[in-house]
Amino acid sequence: MPELTARAEVTASASRRRPPRVWARFAVLGLLVVGAAVALLVYDIPMDPSRRGFWLAVNLRVVTVATIAVVALCQAVATVLFHTATSNRILTPSIMGFDALYVVMQTALVFFFGGAALAATDGLIKVAVQSLLMVGFATVLYGWLFAGRRGSLHIMLLIGIVLGVGFGSLSTVMQRLLTPSDFDLLSARLFGNMSNSNPEYLPWAALIVAVVLLAVWRSRHRLDVLALGRETATNLGVAYKREVTVLLILIAVLISISTTMVGPMTFFGFIVATLAYQLAGASTHRVVLPFAVLLAMTTLLVGYFVLKHVFYAAGMLTVIIEFAGGLFFIIHLLRKGAL
Amino acid sequence: MITLTDVTKSYGAQRVLGPVTLEIPAGGVTALVGPNGAGKSTMLTIIGRLTEPTAGRVTVGGRDVAKTPSRELARIVSILRQENHFVTRLTVRELVGFGRFPHSGGRLSDDDRRHVDEAIAFLGLDALQGRYLDQLSGGQRQRAYVAMVLAQDTDCILLDEPLNNLDMRHAVGMMKQLRRAADELGKTIVIVVHDINFAAAYADRIVALTDGLVAEQGSPAEIMRSDVLEGVFGTPIDVRVDGAYPLAVYFR
Repeated sequence: MPELTARAEVTASASRRRPPRVWARFAVLGLLVVGAAVALLVYDIPMDPSRRGFWLAVNLRVVTVATIAVVALCQAVATVLFHTATSNRILTPSIMGFDALYVVMQTALVFFFGGAALAATDGLIKVAVQSLLMVGFATVLYGWLFAGRRGSLHIMLLIGIVLGVGFGSLSTVMQRLLTPSDFDLLSARLFGNMSNSNPEYLPWAALIVAVVLLAVWRSRHRLDVLALGRETATNLGVAYKREVTVLLILIAVLISISTTMVGPMTFFGFIVATLAYQLAGASTHRVVLPFAVLLAMTTLLVGYFVLKHVFYAAGMLTVIIEFAGGLFFIIHLLRKGAL
Repeated sequence: MITLTDVTKSYGAQRVLGPVTLEIPAGGVTALVGPNGAGKSTMLTIIGRLTEPTAGRVTVGGRDVAKTPSRELARIVSILRQENHFVTRLTVRELVGFGRFPHSGGRLSDDDRRHVDEAIAFLGLDALQGRYLDQLSGGQRQRAYVAMVLAQDTDCILLDEPLNNLDMRHAVGMMKQLRRAADELGKTIVIVVHDINFAAAYADRIVALTDGLVAEQGSPAEIMRSDVLEGVFGTPIDVRVDGAYPLAVYFR
């Protein structure tokens, strides 16, 4: 079959030509990330690099850059995985009520113990308890509604939305009854803010994220199959229910870490995941996952740098990203014309 | 060989299938026929472990479908549903490559690539292998899905209405290829077909279902009789033997 081998060679050379293009895209993003990170670390320090004070200032900023890196990893990976688990690219993990759960926990804290409690309880134990509660909530929800005998993904999503709305209403009721000053303290927590992060928590968060990412990377080929949906994945020998349940719990871990570090972000993961599908130049998780992570880091680092040094409003970063993300989400929906 | 023992499927109080006890011998093409809602697809998806039966036991190649690890089963039996939508944008070649997943775990070896090439050639998709699925017509896409299942290289292949979306030429081509897969590669092929005449012309065995139960089974010659078909489909059917195989005429 000379004809067949000739064709095989054509495709082989075509696939040989493709990686450099993918790698070129990665290189551009990688350079942007490194450039933005270095700029954030050293820009506008009124001291000479030969002085000790300069490096102290850099050390302080490392926390912010590391926080941004961890949050970018969590949001990007969690959203891509959520799209894979649900075989749907419109959903975001926040549909499961994670953000609402975080809001209700913070609100309850202020409601029952007063605004001072918010600052007084800050520490490793509080963030650990928060993360555990969120992951526990997710595990119970997924284990019961999805992995159970009568479970289905759609019922689980529906219950997640209903619980999310319920948490939201509960928070609103409690917020109505707060004193204005308590409410003010609270609302500062309810918008993501890179400087909300607790440096004590950072190494733990980084460690957990690293373990999750290792597990995800090892299953990257299986994820490609899972993305084909329940029936095709089952046909190809992937234990669908078990894999998706594990995946949902990993997503819960990532989102809870990101949310406890900087607060809720609804649309950020959605933007970077959607852009990654369109720009990465390949559809496998091997390419899309790291690409989405780099995009997330670029967005956050550059955004933070611009807001901090050009507009002097670093705290606004997630507000602006959410605003842009919401617009992007609506435009994407309208252009696609369907769910 | 596929065996079903007292297999039933109910949704609430409504029983849509069974109890069915059936043996499908190894090798050859078996066609499942019957009116809409007779339980053909349900039965096929239960054999292919996409649907869990309410009761009963299914074995494929001597292995219990409910108890065998999914990955092991994926090397014995493959199933293709009527409708397939993927959110991932894939080329034909990437899709067919997924068929090798049970063997390769995602990393294609030279042997896997050879299987992919063969499956693509078998369905005449060489010229289309670099195209994205969303750039294909319904019939071309249908052939790409079948190529994926062939690349999976299982002894037993279950296809739910593989003639969907195919025009006359490609429907005939598909049936000839399935016949070839059974004859040359020794596959056991079970298909759900709507057109009884395709079943009569290409299948070795026909299993007719009505109301979730096996109404008739046998060779095409045994099933292609006016009284048998009218009992199954509930409409006047005239059977004419015109050349090599019987032809059901039911259009007016």
